[in-house]
Amino acid sequence: MDEKATIIVHSGDLDKVYSAFIIGLGSLSMGMDVSMYFTFWGLERLKKGKLDKAPLSRMNMFGLGSWMIRRKMKKAGVASLDKMLEDFVDLGGKILACDMTMEIMGVNKENLRDDVISDYCGVGTYIKEAMESDVTLFI
Amino acid sequence: MAEIKVDCMNETCPVPLVETRKAIRKASVGDVVEVRGTHPASKKEIPMAVESMGLNLLGVEEEDGVWLIRIRK
Repeated sequence: MDEKATIIVHSGDLDKVYSAFIIGLGSLSMGMDVSMYFTFWGLERLKKGKLDKAPLSRMNMFGLGSWMIRRKMKKAGVASLDKMLEDFVDLGGKILACDMTMEIMGVNKENLRDDVISDYCGVGTYIKEAMESDVTLFI
Repeated sequence: MAEIKVDCMNETCPVPLVETRKAIRKASVGDVVEVRGTHPASKKEIPMAVESMGLNLLGVEEEDGVWLIRIRK
């Protein structure tokens, strides 16, 4: 069986979601299996059209900081989050959505990117995967 | 046996690593994947990925900041 990485994406901040995807993609590229669990503010990023409509964790300055970072990233040739998500799914990575967060935030499947989500689940699924994982992160 | 060329010139982390992995996934056993790029860290990291996937690293060359990595699946 391949080695495995499980990543919890709790934060919905642009910089942290970028980190999560870069680590997820890096793990897939090294030949690992990867699952990313989106919960709380992270789940916000799985809403349709919201993937990169995110604030920065620091120096957001009412959106100005986020806009500046996105511009700088584009200039530096960093791939967009949309491209990263596409590659992630393409390489066999799994995107999982926390169904408890959906309930408390009033989010249903119709609001989410159901096309990329492989399952809707709870903490048990994560723990089961984490037990089999060589790398597990909370972002 | 096919030879697959991957162009990662001027791409940055993690694109060269990801594009290499995508090409390897599509390749058949015995095919050669040839990656060309400029991102310095990827020159070290692609061979690491090749090793962890148990594939055959045929060679790593560099000239004027452009590296060429050849892998056999």
